[in-house]
Parts: sequence; C-alpha cells; structure tokens
Amino acid sequence: MPNLEHPAYPADTLLHLESLMPCRESQVSMLLSIFGERQQFSFPSIFIYGHTSSGKTYVMQTLLNTLQLPHVFVNCVEYFTSRLLLEEILIQLQSCSSETEQTSHVPCDNFNDFVRLFKQAVVSRKLQDQTLYIVLDRAEQLREMEANILPAFLRLQELTDRNVTVVLLSEIVWELFRPNTGCFEPLTLYFPDYSIGHLQKILSQNHPPEYSADFYAAYINILLGVFYMVCRDLKELQHLAVLNFSKYCEPVVRGEANERDTRKLWKNIEPHLKKAMQTVYLREISSSQWERLQHDDGEPGQLKGLSAHTHVELPYYSKFLLIAAYLASYNPVRTDKRFFLKHHGKIRKTNFLKKHEKQTICYRVGAKNRTEGITKERTVNEGNSNKCNVTKINGQKTSNHLLGPKPFPLDRLLAILYSIVDNRVAPTANIFSQITSLVTLQLLSVVGHNDQLDGPRYKCTVSLDFIRAIARTVNFDIIKYLYDFL
Amino acid sequence: GCFVFKPSPKKRKLSQKTANYFGERNNASEDTDLRFVTCQSLWNQIKSETEQIQEDLNKQLFDNLVSFLRRSHSEFQEKTTEWTCRMKSREIPTAALVLGVNVTDHDLTFRSLSEVLQNNITPYIALLEAKDCPGIKNLIQKLMGQLMNCYIDVDSLEDEDHVQVSQNRIRCSMTSIISWYQNVTKKTDSETRSKKRTSSSRHWQSPPVVVIFKDMESFTTKVLQDFIVISSQHIHELPLVLIFGIATSPMIIHSLLPHSVSSLLCIELFQSLSCKEHLSTIIDKLLLTAQLPFKLGEKVLQVLINIFLYHDFSVQNFIKGFQLCVVEHFYSQPLSVLCCPLVDAKKRVNSLSRDQCENIRRLPSFRRYVENQVSEKQILLLTADNFLKEITQKLLEDLHVYHENYVSVLRCLHVFTSSLPKYPLGKQIRELHCACLENQVWQTEEYESFLQLARMLNKSDLVTMLEQCVEIFVSSSGKEFDKIVEKLKEFLTQFQELEEAFQERDGSVSAQKELQKKTDLYHLQKTLLELKESRRSRKLTKFEMLRFEVVEYIDSLVRAHLVPADHKTLHEIVYFNTASVLRGHLNAAPRVALHTSLNNPYCYLKNQALKNDGGNISNKAPDICIVYKLHLECGRLINLVDWLEAFSTVVTAAEGPNADATSSDQVDDIIHARFIQAVSELELLGFIKPSKQKTDHVARLTWGGC
Repeated sequence: MPNLEHPAYPADTLLHLESLMPCRESQVSMLLSIFGERQQFSFPSIFIYGHTSSGKTYVMQTLLNTLQLPHVFVNCVEYFTSRLLLEEILIQLQSCSSETEQTSHVPCDNFNDFVRLFKQAVVSRKLQDQTLYIVLDRAEQLREMEANILPAFLRLQELTDRNVTVVLLSEIVWELFRPNTGCFEPLTLYFPDYSIGHLQKILSQNHPPEYSADFYAAYINILLGVFYMVCRDLKELQHLAVLNFSKYCEPVVRGEANERDTRKLWKNIEPHLKKAMQTVYLREISSSQWERLQHDDGEPGQLKGLSAHTHVELPYYSKFLLIAAYLASYNPVRTDKRFFLKHHGKIRKTNFLKKHEKQTICYRVGAKNRTEGITKERTVNEGNSNKCNVTKINGQKTSNHLLGPKPFPLDRLLAILYSIVDNRVAPTANIFSQITSLVTLQLLSVVGHNDQLDGPRYKCTVSLDFIRAIARTVNFDIIKYLYDFL
Repeated sequence: GCFVFKPSPKKRKLSQKTANYFGERNNASEDTDLRFVTCQSLWNQIKSETEQIQEDLNKQLFDNLVSFLRRSHSEFQEKTTEWTCRMKSREIPTAALVLGVNVTDHDLTFRSLSEVLQNNITPYIALLEAKDCPGIKNLIQKLMGQLMNCYIDVDSLEDEDHVQVSQNRIRCSMTSIISWYQNVTKKTDSETRSKKRTSSSRHWQSPPVVVIFKDMESFTTKVLQDFIVISSQHIHELPLVLIFGIATSPMIIHSLLPHSVSSLLCIELFQSLSCKEHLSTIIDKLLLTAQLPFKLGEKVLQVLINIFLYHDFSVQNFIKGFQLCVVEHFYSQPLSVLCCPLVDAKKRVNSLSRDQCENIRRLPSFRRYVENQVSEKQILLLTADNFLKEITQKLLEDLHVYHENYVSVLRCLHVFTSSLPKYPLGKQIRELHCACLENQVWQTEEYESFLQLARMLNKSDLVTMLEQCVEIFVSSSGKEFDKIVEKLKEFLTQFQELEEAFQERDGSVSAQKELQKKTDLYHLQKTLLELKESRRSRKLTKFEMLRFEVVEYIDSLVRAHLVPADHKTLHEIVYFNTASVLRGHLNAAPRVALHTSLNNPYCYLKNQALKNDGGNISNKAPDICIVYKLHLECGRLINLVDWLEAFSTVVTAAEGPNADATSSDQVDDIIHARFIQAVSELELLGFIKPSKQKTDHVARLTWGGC
C-alpha cells in the first residue's frame, strides 16, 4: 500500500515514485496535491528551500520526469544574465513537447518580449490544456538580475494568462528574497535535512552488485559513524563511500574475514576513514590520487597535501617589503619612532601606554566628573588612578593582531623598509614594481584606490606564521619589532 | 593568422636600420657592420641555447602534466558501466601548477605548455587571464572565442565561412560551448573514419578541453566559483580539464574556493623547478663555458645577479639583461669585432685597420703588457702594425686557453668549497666565480679559511672529491690537463695504497679501544688529555702528509689558473665591464631622476646658462624648476599667494633694480599665467594636489610632505 495517494495517477506509478525518492514522502505528497491533475490550474509560484543536498533538485526532476509533466528546468547560475535565462526557457520550451529540431533562435531581451513569445510557444506546442512547470534552480541568483525579473516570474501565470507554475529552488529562506516594493507571495515549502537514519537508508540503497545489501549497509554504518560529524552532504558521502569501499572489501577478498566479521572489518577500515577525513575529504589530495594510493597500498604520508606547501620563495627585497608592510599594518604609527629611530631613548612600552591610555581615560573620567559635580572632585581623582590601572590592563589585551591589519600609506612602508634593511636601498623602479607584484600575489592589498594622485594605501594580508617564516630566512627577528609582543 | 606569412623584406629592412644606429656613435671605425653581424649571430646562439635549456628544464614537469591529462578522462570513457564509476560523483580534473613568484617568466612557460599539449593531447586549449575576466560573462566569452578560434586553426581554411558568425550573435553560454564541442568531435570522428586511422591518432576521439587560468591569485572568487559550478554540471558532456597557474602557494585554492566548490574538483599538484635552480643552469651553460666568446665582467655580473636575487627572480629579465650587455658591448667597444670564435678572430686580426690597431694600443691592459717588454719590442709593438697583429693573435690565443683552464679549475675548486661546512667561498658556483673575477682569490680571508678546512677533510670525502675533479678535467676540452689528471690520479692511487697498508696493521686502534673500557670520569679525562698531547707532538701520519700535498696542489692550480680576468692582456675585447650603464638601464630610479631634472636642469638640458652653483635659484631655469625649488622649502600645505609672490620675485630678479616700481605690488599677467602653468604641471607630475583643508592652499604629496 503506497504512502502516496493521488486520484490522477495509478498506484504503481506512485509506488515507483516512492522507491525513487526515499525519505521525502511527505514533501512529494504535498507537491502532488498542490500540482493537482494535469489540466487543473496550480498555484502560480512555489518556493522550495532547504539546506545543500536535501533533495530539492532531485525531487523536482524525478517528479516531473516520471509523471511526464511538461516542464522547463533551468539553473540560474549557468544562465547568469536575464537575457540568457529567458532565452534558455524559450529554447527548452520549443524542444520540450515537439521532437522536431529546434527552430531558429529568437532574441528575447526583456520580460515583455518573453511574455509575448511565451504565449506563442505555449499555443504552438499545444500545452494550453495542461500545467507547464518552470523550475528555476539556484533561484538566489535572480536577485542579482534586473529588479523586475523575480516579481515577474512570481506572477507569470497572471501575466501570461496561461496554465503555468513557476517553482523556485533555493538554499536560503524566502525572507531574503522579498523585494522592498513587495510582490506576489509564493507558496513556501521547506525541505528538512536528512537525518542520519535517512542517510543510512538512502546510501545503502545503491549497493554494488557483487556484494549483499547487508554487507554494504554495515559499511555505510561505519562510514556515517566517522563522517556524520563533519559532513551531511549526501553527494559527498556517496563519493566517499565509493572511494573507500574497495579498502573495506580487502579482508574479504583476501579471505581473511567473511562478510559477517564486522569487528574485523571495522578495525581494518576505521583508521583508513579517519585518514580520508583529513586528506581526501578536505581535497588536500585528490580522489584519484587517493585511489591510486589505495591500489598500491602506499602510505598517504608520502603524498603531501596542498596545505603542506606553504613556503613561498620571494626575492630578497620583497621579503623585506613584506616584513615592513606587516610591521606597518600591525604597529600603531606612534610606535614607529621607538622601533626605528636609532636614539629613541629609553621609552618602554609601559611609558608609552601610560601616556596614550591616560589621555583617553582621563578624558572619559573627566566627562563623568562633570556630570557628578565638582564637590567630590578629590575623591574621584583618587578613584581615577585605580580606574586607570584597570583599563590599562584591558588596553593591553586588545591586541592589534585580533583587530586585523590596518591600512598604511606608501611613504610609511618605504620609511620602515629603509630602516630595517641593513644596506642602503635606492628607491628604484624595481622596488616600486615589487610592491605592485606583491599586490597581484595577494600578499598585500590596496585600500581605496579612488584617488590616484593621493599616496596609495595598502594592507598586509599575510598571517603571523607566514611572516615569521619569511623573517627567519633573512635573519630578522620580527617579534622584537612588533608592538603586540613587547 | 595572416601575419605569419608576411614576407621577410620588412624584417631585413628593419635590421638594416638597427645596423645604422649601431654605427652612429663611432662612425670613425668602419667595422660597424661586421660588429653588428657578429653581435646578431652571437645573440642568436645565446637565444637558442637558453631556449633549449628552458625546454630541458620544463620537460619533467610537462611530461607529468601530459600523463595527468591523458589519465584524467580516460577512466570514464573506458568503463562507464562499472559500479564505482556510476556512483562516484564526477569531479573536474584540475592541475594546480605552482610556478613561483617570478610572474614575468610564466608567459613563456604557458606558451610552451600549450604547445606541448597541442602536440600531444588536444587542440582545444584556452588561456585565461584575470584581467580579461572581471565577470563570468567575460570569462565565457573569452573561453568561447579562444576555443572556436583554435578550431579554425586546426582545421584547414575550407570551412571558415561556416564558423564565421559574429561574436555577439552566438549566445555566450555553456550550452553553446557544448554544442560546438559535439559538432567538432562528430566531424573529426567521421573524418577519421574516412581517412586513415593513424593520421589523428595523437588525439583520441573526444579530446579534453583544457582551460588554463594563468594567474589564479588575481581571479575573483565569484567568477571562479561560478565557472566551476557551471562546468561541473556539464562534465559529462564536455570533458573539461582545468589548470591553475599559481604563483604563491597552493593554499590559495582553499582560500579562494569554499569547500562546496573545491569538492567539485579533483586537484593534483605540480611544481615547477625553482627559479634559482633555473638561473644556476643558465649561468652554468652561458657564462661558465669557453664556447661563447663574450664574457661578463665581475661588476656587471653582480648587477645582473643582484637584480635577480633582490628584485624579481625573473630568469627572462636576467637573459634580457644579458642581451643588453651583448648589444652594449658590441656597440661601445670598437675592438669587439674580435669577440668571436678564435679561428675567426685570428683572421679578423689580419684585416684590422690602422685606427683599430691604435685602439688596441690604447687599451690599458695592452699598455701594461708593453711596459713589461724589452725596449726594442716596445718600439716594434708601438710602431709596426704587422708585428702588433702577430702579437695580438698570440695574446688572443692565450686568452682563450686561459678561459678553458679557468672554467675547469673553477669547477674543481667549487667541488671542494661546496662540501665544506659554512661554505667559506659561497655555496653556488656563481659566487665563487664572482669572487675569482673580483681579485686574486688566494689573497682573501675566505680562501685562507677554505684551505684550513680542506686540510681537515676526512679521507673518503677527499677521495670522492678528487674523483669528481678528475672527471671534470677529463670531460673538459683543455689541452694542458693531461698532466693535472695524471697528478690527481697519482694522488688517488696513493690513497688506495694507504688504505691497503692501513688494513694490514689494524692494531693501531688499540688506544681507542682502551678508551672504551675506562668507565670512570677521572681516568677518561686523563687518557683524553694524553691522547691530545700525543697528537700534537706526534709526527704527521702518512695520510695527513698526503692530504697536505693534495691541498697544496689544489692551491697551486688555483694560483696558476684563477687569475682575475682584468689581469689578462686584451681582456677588454671580450669582457663587458661597464656596470654603470647597465645599472642605469635596468635599475632605473624614477624619483631620483625626476628630482635631478627639476632641481638641476643642467644635468639634462646642457645649457651653459643653467650651469650654476647649488644654492640659489636661477631665473633662467624653466618655470617648473623654479616652482619646484620654491615648493621644496614649504611645509605640507603651500599658500598659493606666497608661492606666486616668491615666483615673481625670482623671475623678475634678473631685470634688476631698475625694473618698474609700479609693477612691484601688482604681479604681471604674463608671470601669473606662467606660474599657473608651472603649478599645474607640478600637479600633473603628482607633486601637489588641491587641498580642501584651507582655501588657496595646495598639499604637497612628496618627500617631507607629512
């Protein structure tokens, strides 16, 4: 007895549908009842949302294909302009019902043309007596097209006066779509994530022909035990399952264990899966490399992942430029004197801080004083020094490294460069071009370059570890020059 | 493609023109044509050699890439029915190609890469640059343009009209690329069926479409993500392979692409040779060889290497600098006609003109040579051209022999120095080469420490080094090496004998054995001290004697053959030594040049009136110079009225005190206009900009502005 019921379709079709789309029965039956029978007008627009790989696209595709409903399926990422999108819909419409070769392609520049051409197409394809479905996958892209596209699609039924339903599929909620000017509210439908049980059921469905379903289900169980914490993407899990299955079967193939020896099999596969989670799942090494490793029984240790190659070789002055940029980004301007002037005197950090912090704090407390009145002036001043200490500690805690890099002008960069490089550096064209190439390498970034004449401002985008590695190669103790580590 | 078949006369005309330029400066000497031809042929030789080196160095990388591309889609084409292939999500094969930060060299690498791919894998290659692809639309457009063009290139021109549909009529989307691909493969398929099978066997039935992202770092994330998402949906219809050109580190992939996108890729890493190694090879093959007649002097080489190491890491720039040296040398040195293979040089010496002979006599190194001769010979050398030519031939030959010996001995010395701790004379052979060119290397402290360290080498190291040296000498073409080789081999046999003798009386190690027995600290210390004493007083062992001899011998070789080049007579002919010219050309200092031109216009204008004392401002200088000098005295904000006043004072100063008294408080209109023009010129050059902080003020943007 099928869970799905619908007067328009025979029971075995519905049963088939159910087997194709496990764990999505309620959504499918909901959709079926909205769709109604072929000739009945359906709701003008339906908005379906749910997390990545919750079966939105798959359900829509299988439903429309199996029931052979006339439909157009378009991915909005692929057709990135409104013109491409509208033309694609028309082209698919032309080839949808009639099997004849597509006729000459008609340019369609705006929605007005689209409505006109759409009406013609529907009439010529004899689709008036049944609902036509237009499915727009990744519909969040529609928001980036012209403002009228989304509202127009939502009331396409009304605009064309034809039996058409637009289905929008998206990963984000409807609230983020709604234009300020208001629009026709579509019927929203939520696809919840698959639970672990669902995943188990779906993944076990496609077992390899050589092995029994139980054996494969046991394997999927182990797999989910390892990966469910980090990954719920059905597609990715499927991929991982296939990649590692041959390793799971190894003991069985070699005759060391039989198919029911789950403990032994688990012992064999578990460390392997953990390794896979650190490497192939993160795409540190590619799946084909992983398969080759498995095949040759090699250790994944031999193969370094992408992140292992962090070392970047730079020319000598580029290294210093980058170091100078880092210092300029993370040190406050007022400390430059202390770090880079030869005779800066004995200014310690505490002095520095006191002067600076005191000013701001006294200002704050002073403002408070005024409100409290002058009578308690003396007592407040005593408390003032206490407060100073408290905020000083707090002040020390706000490290510049937590706040991120700050922009600095070109002149400051060069000034710091001249003082950290031992020998004299001439400001040659080579130095300036190196700054530009550091920007193209994304090690520096330009901040607000609207005024070409004004000195350009940069930010250093590399991490502390990176810059320390660079500084080590030129024997420069960068920590000594960083205000945060003083 | 129509420019390829352009006839060559144009080219010839062009080179004639350059030849004319060549003679412009030294029109006195008539060898300019010959010099030009020599220069060209030398450069062509160098060029082909460097290209060959490049090809050899990239071979390994390209082979790996080709096999990766072969593999990438074959799996799916062969066994689509198998369970694993059915179930696995199909990723886009991607090669992450780490090329190093020398971005200027990448172009060449990509060009040769696409050539290799075209020959081996697929005709469908698209090279994309970030600056052409600000949006996904532009990317697809560019991709289509390149793919469809390459289709025309591959096929003959017969069906050109078929494909020539104007760009904007084609819908720029992935579907059109797919339909194009299906058309193309269908066509070639039917063609191959009609033709012989072998003709197109180098590409298989559905060759992959290779898309190369030249500068991965500069692409925006959005474009890359969209492209990958789109193409992953069509991977079944369009066998796409991506190649990411990465300059920094492969980490950039993860920082550019989120996991949901990078999980669509199947990324394999390929790393090219480091540019430092590349440079070493180039130096090894171009400079440390006696084949090329042209040599670089120490300072020049240092400039080129410094630019490479300190600034750009670009091998192409290094070669360009080398080219500049070649051209500059042949252009400025009239005697460079003799800078050619020895056989030709000897012939050319005979046909030297009087002027050229005088040129030889004027060479400082030749003068030194003359001074050391006996007086009759001196007179002959200075008066008889024929005698001079004879001697010149001999000297040139000497120079050639010197080079041959120099290279081998240098390599030999490098074998020793490169294995010593702390590398007293540098790790790379180029450092050693520079040190030897600079002055007599055996007088330096580093050499002293090298000798000391060499005297402490152990036997096995010494033997392997000697063996390497023998190999170097045997493989080199020098004639004088027979004796050296003999001597070295003799050393080796002596070591051999020593070892045999040592094995016979094995008992001598007893002292050491005793040492192991003693366990308490006091005794141990005592015996160690004794051992030390005995070692100091003891006579040198046979091995030590021999080692001493070897080091002495190497030292003598160095002293004999590694004489700096500028001690050699006639070195000016083959060595290019004017580093200042090179520095001026390659290491330009725009700020300094701008400052000098504005501060001291005489430097460029060469007008005697401008030649003056440092301090005061001459009114004969161009207006912009006056304005510039005045603005140097101001702070960050400059008052325009004051500035104008100062300007008019300077300009009218020359007219003297008898100038009109009435005009003193009213600035002349013409002067006013000149001032405004000069100020706007300064603004154009980026020295000042209008300020919004104060009215009638401009802000300084340069030195000391803040």
